[in-house]
Amino acid sequence: MSHAKPNGPSTLEIKNLKRDYTLRSGFKRNVLHAVSDVSFTLEPGRTIALVGESGSGKSTVARIISRLENATGGQVLLDGAPAPTRGRALERYRSKVQMVFQDPFASLNPFHTILHHVERPLRIHHPHLSSKQIKERAYELLERVQLTPASRYADRRPHELSGGQRQRVAIARALAPGATYIVADEPVSMLDVSIRLGVLNLLAELQRSEGLGVLYITHDLATARHFSDEIMVMYRGKIVERGEPDSVILNPQHEYTRTLLEAAADPDRLGQLRAEVRAEGITT
Amino acid sequence: MADNTTPEVPVRTGPTPTSTLATIRIAKNDRKRRPLPRISGKLLTGIIIVVVIALFGILAPFFVQDPRFSGNDALLPPGDGHILGTTKLGYDVFAQLAWGTRGSLFVGVVAGALALLLAILFGVLAGYFGGVVDEILTLLTNIMLVIPGLPLVMVIAAYVQNTEGLGPFARSSFLVAIVLGITGWAGSAVVLRATAKSLRMRDYVAASRVAGERPLRVIFVEILPNLVPLLAAQLIFGVIFAILGEAGLSYLGLGPTGSITLGTMLNDAQTGQAVGSQAWWWFIPPGALIALLGTGLSLINFAIDEIVNPKLRLAPQAARNQRKANREGRSVSENGAIA
Amino acid sequence: MSATPVLTAHGVSITYEVDPPVQAVKDVSLTLHRGEILGLAGESGCGKTTFAYGLNRLLKAPAVMTGGDVEFHDVDGTDINVVGLSGEGLRRFRWDKVSMVFQGSMNSLNPVMTVQAQLEDVFITHRPGMRKAQRRERSAELLELVGVDPNRLGAFPHELSGGMRQRIMIAMALALNPQVMIMDEPTTALDVVVQRGIIREIMRLRERLGFAVIFITHDLPLLIEISDRIAIMRDGAIVELDDAEKIYHDPQHEYTQKLLASFPSLRGERGDFVRLGHGETPAKAPAQSGGIA
Repeated sequence: MSHAKPNGPSTLEIKNLKRDYTLRSGFKRNVLHAVSDVSFTLEPGRTIALVGESGSGKSTVARIISRLENATGGQVLLDGAPAPTRGRALERYRSKVQMVFQDPFASLNPFHTILHHVERPLRIHHPHLSSKQIKERAYELLERVQLTPASRYADRRPHELSGGQRQRVAIARALAPGATYIVADEPVSMLDVSIRLGVLNLLAELQRSEGLGVLYITHDLATARHFSDEIMVMYRGKIVERGEPDSVILNPQHEYTRTLLEAAADPDRLGQLRAEVRAEGITT
Repeated sequence: MADNTTPEVPVRTGPTPTSTLATIRIAKNDRKRRPLPRISGKLLTGIIIVVVIALFGILAPFFVQDPRFSGNDALLPPGDGHILGTTKLGYDVFAQLAWGTRGSLFVGVVAGALALLLAILFGVLAGYFGGVVDEILTLLTNIMLVIPGLPLVMVIAAYVQNTEGLGPFARSSFLVAIVLGITGWAGSAVVLRATAKSLRMRDYVAASRVAGERPLRVIFVEILPNLVPLLAAQLIFGVIFAILGEAGLSYLGLGPTGSITLGTMLNDAQTGQAVGSQAWWWFIPPGALIALLGTGLSLINFAIDEIVNPKLRLAPQAARNQRKANREGRSVSENGAIA
Repeated sequence: MSATPVLTAHGVSITYEVDPPVQAVKDVSLTLHRGEILGLAGESGCGKTTFAYGLNRLLKAPAVMTGGDVEFHDVDGTDINVVGLSGEGLRRFRWDKVSMVFQGSMNSLNPVMTVQAQLEDVFITHRPGMRKAQRRERSAELLELVGVDPNRLGAFPHELSGGMRQRIMIAMALALNPQVMIMDEPTTALDVVVQRGIIREIMRLRERLGFAVIFITHDLPLLIEISDRIAIMRDGAIVELDDAEKIYHDPQHEYTQKLLASFPSLRGERGDFVRLGHGETPAKAPAQSGGIA
């Protein structure tokens, strides 16, 4: 996949992004600020991790960037131009910005073959290619995400594949239009633990070889640390802390980051919790 | 299972499942990749009934005498020459039955298909697009839903049949089918709207939008195929509704008097005082055929239900298997089932 | 903690009676000691949940226990053969001696009954002799125990957060002072911060009430942090069973090592390979990214 050629320094800039939801209950109206004032810039070849709990607004950011939802305020700028909302312009935007969904069991259409899932975006974004070329390109992509030999998977349907394999198909689909930016919304949280790293490694490797800009959305601090160049911690719609992974994890500044770190399981603290509650028991 | 060189289990030997029950399902699927779920007794019975009746309706009219030939003796009981006897006007009942079946099936299929088409148009579009489109389409659907069905059909049928200039079309079964079709879609539309609405929220629909698919393609290529079992059920429901509706209309004298259907046969029998003259061979065969057709189609519908919602089928099956294992002494505990 | 057994399973085999039969649990033996937390780790489909349900005789059709025995050693010295129980005996055993909390528990509260009514139901069923006032008192006490304000007794489930509902399920499981609690992914559906609070509560209650816990999850780091011993399960069999410390620092089985390696370390160096990829040399951390934050 070498047809993604950024001329000049390409950027995907998120500027003061806001998203409010109006909740109606009876005659009362409440405004929920799902995302308030979020700004960051994705660059090719860099991974930014967006860390937060459910309800922090991190998935809303992903849906706005991939134009599944509109922002209430602020802007998404691709190479300086505002992201379109419809028509040809949106199609061009989507050929550059793609998304990998959380649940590979839900993000592939059970009715269609694996090949269909990869061929469609190729057909849409490369209308000049012949059917044969598209098929070849689709096979290449499947092999690229380590579904080899591609012929073994192409005609299968999603339910015949394991979770990890499905997520690889989803990654291939996201790469198909020739995207420079990938938004990965919790790409491994639904997978079995022993295959998570395999999928993350694949994403990391593609990111390096294709020079992708990746927004890695997760609630897992450990993978965020090892997988990204920068970590942003999101809490109640705001980014409360950001910085180099090691400094955020090892030297957290914001109170919420500390709470989050404190809550993460860490085998190195073996027995510590037990000792703590015991000590509590003695004092009370 | 998995070796360390590949990060995952190879497909053929069994994918990593989400639960043990899923393992079983996948193992089963993997062993024999059935294109269709196993055919249940219900489905088989339903299909046999419907196919036999359909074949009768399609083929029999080629082999019987003209159903409007009145040269036979009147009110002959079943016997030689006339398997099912004759009517008061000397028509052969078997010939009438053959043509009537064809007529009823025609009305059912045309009306059912039309109703389904309208239901998709109103239901799926409303469910997918939401917003103002949804409001308008749902309003129309609801209006159709609250208008009492049969009186409306009667009014429309009476009106079009008295319209000038339609000629023989005014009394044709095709017109009746259209009337039944445009009055019978609202219920299906409600079901389809709800399902389309939930499918629309699925990730794969969002994913195909991100991939760049246009809305109509999303509806017809990504959503509709997953609705096929539901659409089939709705179609069958529509067919049953139309066949019974036509029978009702005909019985009231508002049916396609220009053609022969099972309903017009009953109407003839009624006006010809078949019950009073104890000519049971005149009204029982068409009545029984309508009932049988309804049964067959309903059985198919139930079977589709079980395919769409596997719990209906799997739970009793699972309990049976467990009891069998207990009987055969494979279980160590006294009673494995939860009380 | 003394190492007297409270629940022993011997050679338990469980088969799903489908065509062909699937053996979900293969000849598993396990001893749970009084007051310990035993972690049961494994990936989805490894049979850990089926096994736990089998211990409590809660197998759903078409699962059938085809072999083995389970024995419960009551605190008063009597031994109960769990596999042989049926009817009334089984009903009295469940919840009274061994209770369960599972992943979806919080969604299994009855939406049209108050928390109070549902808690009292447990007593009405299992402690028919209890008076109304006693039941009330005990319900309030239980809520307090799991860290929920007893004033919330009158609340309906939908008025409570997921974390609170899960705490109430734990209160319900504690209601009859069971000697064993089986917890199947009790916090997986919850956010990490909430999850932490509940785990802490479970640990605290264990210290105080002395029940033993079988804690089932795929989250090995969490298990290592909280368990006394850990059993690693794969394909229906326990491949390794040892002290949490040994599992973490000196895993013997290849699969245990693989599972451990699946979790990059939060604060340590281990797991850098994720970012660097397998082909490259792990040049030390700071210079790798090229980006200045």
